[in-house]
Amino acid sequence: MSELIQKSAAELAELISTKQVSSQEVTAAFFDRSEKLNHKTFSYLYLNRETAMAAAKRADEDHAAGKVHSPLHGVPIAVKDVLVTKDAPTTAGSKILEGWVPQYDATVVTKLREAGLPILGKTNMDEFAMGSSTEYSAYGPSRNPWDLSRIPGGSGGGSSSAVAGRLAPLAIGSDTGGSIRYPAAVTGSVGTKPTYGAVSRYGVIALASSLDQIGPVTNTVLDAALLQDVIAGHDPKDSTSIPKSLGSMAEAVRTADFKGLKVGVVKQLSSDGFQAGVKECFDDTISKLVANGVEVVEVDCPSFEYAVAAYYLILPAEASSNLAKYDSVRFGMRVIPDGNPTIERVMAATREAGFGPEVKRRIILGTYALSSGYYDAYYGSAQKVRTLIQQDLANAFAKVDVLLTPTAPTTAFKIGEKVNDPLAMYLNDIATIPANLAGIPGMAVPNGLAKEDGLPSGVQILAPAMEDARAYRVAALIENLYKAQWGGYLIDQAPDLEALNV
Amino acid sequence: MSELTPDLVRHLASLARILVTEEEVQKLTGELGVIVDAVASVNKAVAGEVVPTSHPIPMSNVFREDAVLPSLSQAEALSAAPDSAEGRFKVPAILDEE
Repeated sequence: MSELIQKSAAELAELISTKQVSSQEVTAAFFDRSEKLNHKTFSYLYLNRETAMAAAKRADEDHAAGKVHSPLHGVPIAVKDVLVTKDAPTTAGSKILEGWVPQYDATVVTKLREAGLPILGKTNMDEFAMGSSTEYSAYGPSRNPWDLSRIPGGSGGGSSSAVAGRLAPLAIGSDTGGSIRYPAAVTGSVGTKPTYGAVSRYGVIALASSLDQIGPVTNTVLDAALLQDVIAGHDPKDSTSIPKSLGSMAEAVRTADFKGLKVGVVKQLSSDGFQAGVKECFDDTISKLVANGVEVVEVDCPSFEYAVAAYYLILPAEASSNLAKYDSVRFGMRVIPDGNPTIERVMAATREAGFGPEVKRRIILGTYALSSGYYDAYYGSAQKVRTLIQQDLANAFAKVDVLLTPTAPTTAFKIGEKVNDPLAMYLNDIATIPANLAGIPGMAVPNGLAKEDGLPSGVQILAPAMEDARAYRVAALIENLYKAQWGGYLIDQAPDLEALNV
Repeated sequence: MSELTPDLVRHLASLARILVTEEEVQKLTGELGVIVDAVASVNKAVAGEVVPTSHPIPMSNVFREDAVLPSLSQAEALSAAPDSAEGRFKVPAILDEE
C-alpha cells in the first residue's frame, strides 16, 4: 500500500507545497487504488484518469511557476454525482439521467478546479439523494469499507466509502436530511453540513431546495475545515447564498480551546431508540468533555419529536416540484410508447422507466401533500413545525454554545435489511434532520467503535446558524481527545480494504 | 388510517406524470398509507398560532447586477436534448387527435 494514501489531505497538501511530492504522484496513487478497489466498495460511478491527471499536471505547473491556488492545492478529490460537471457524466444515481454530460460546472466544482484540486471521479448515491444507504442508487449499492456486507450510509455513501476506504483523500457531499453526516457516522469519517446558504447550490441537482446544502466529507476535522474554506462563499448565481463570509474554519480548528465551553445534550435525542454501543460511545464523549472542565447540561427540544414527520412532508413536496423537470424534453431519457403518443404519455412512460421505486414514492407523496384539501393539514403544518424547531434551538442556544447528539441511531446495518421498509429507512436520520429544517450547521465526528459489533459510531455537533466555526472548534476538541486515547484517527483502525472480499 | 385509496394513488400518479401498473398502485397504496399515518402527527404539534417557515435563513429581495454575461449557445443548450429540430427542442404531439 502506498504510504501517500494513508495521509490526511492536510498532510498531503504540506508535502505538495514543500515539493516533497507532486500532485501528479498523489493523484496517481489514489487513482491506482481506486481502479483496483472500486469494485469492492463501488464508491465511484465514474472515474477518469485522463482528466484527473491533466488537472494534477496543471496544479504542478502552476506550483512550479509560484502560483499556489489554495491550502489544498494539488490534493485530489471525489465529487458526489449530484453536482454537475461539464467533463463527466452526471446522473444523480438515476437511470433517467444516464449518460448525460452537463453543459456547465456547478459553482463548487468551479471553485475546486480554481483551487487546484484534481477531480478523481463522481461518487455513487441514492437516486436523487433519496435514501440513507445508497441501496436506492439505480446503479447498485456502495459498500462500507469496515464491512463490505454493510451499507456506507446514504445518500452520500459513495463519498463516505471513498474517503473511509482511502480511494480519495477528500470528497464533496450534499446533505438534505443527513446525507453527509449519517454516512460519516457509519464509516468512521468526518462530515459537515454547513449553515444553509454557506456553500453555493448552483449546479447542484436539487432535491429539496429549502433543505439542501453542500459540504465536506473527510477523514479529519482539519481536512473538513480546509475544504469548507475552499467551497464556501457568496455566489450571485444562488439567490439563497449568504452574502457575508463566515470566516475561516481552519483557523477555528487550529485555535480551538476548551475555555468557557458550555455544551447541551438534547433530551429528545439521548435516550430511546439508540443502539446500546452507540449510546455508550456518546456517554464516553460527554465524560471526556466533563473531565476537561466543559459544562454539560440537558436541554429540552420538545418539537424535535415531530421533525421526521415534518421532514417527510416538506422534502417530498419540494422534490415532487423539483423533479418535474425530468420530462423527456430538454435532457435525459425519453421513452416513446407504442402508437402515436402525445407528449403527456411520453412523459409518463419516461418517468415510469427512468425513476426507481423510492423516487416514485416520494414524488407521489409530495403530490399528495401539496394537493388542495390536504395542503394546510400536511405541508402547512410541517412548515409550522419548522418554526417550532427553530424556537427550541434558539432557546437551547441561549443556554449553551453547541448541542451534542449521537449522529446515527445505530451502526451500519446490513445491505438489504431495511430496503423494503421505507419508514424504517427514514428513521436513520432522526438526529440529523432538525439541523436541515432549522438551517443550522451540523458536524459528524467519529467517537469510537460500538462494543456489540466493532463498527464506527459518531457524535453530532450542532451550532447556531452562521456559527460554523464554533462547530469546527468543538469538533477539533473532541477529535483531539480521541487522538490522545487512540494514538491516531479512528479511520486508522479500519481493516485493510485490499484483504476484504465482497 | 389514512385516506389513501388505490383510486387516489392512481390520480396522484397521473398528476405527477408517472405511469403506474395496477400492481404498483396496490403496493404504493399500502406503503404510502403507512407513511402518511406516520407523518400526520405534524397536526398535533401546531395547535396554537404558529407562523410557518418556508426558508430557514430569511432573505428577501435578493438582487444582483443586471450584467450581460456569456451564456450557453443555442447548440450547447440543445446538445443533450432527446430530439431537436430547427434550433428548438422537438417533442411528440401535444394534443390528442380528437
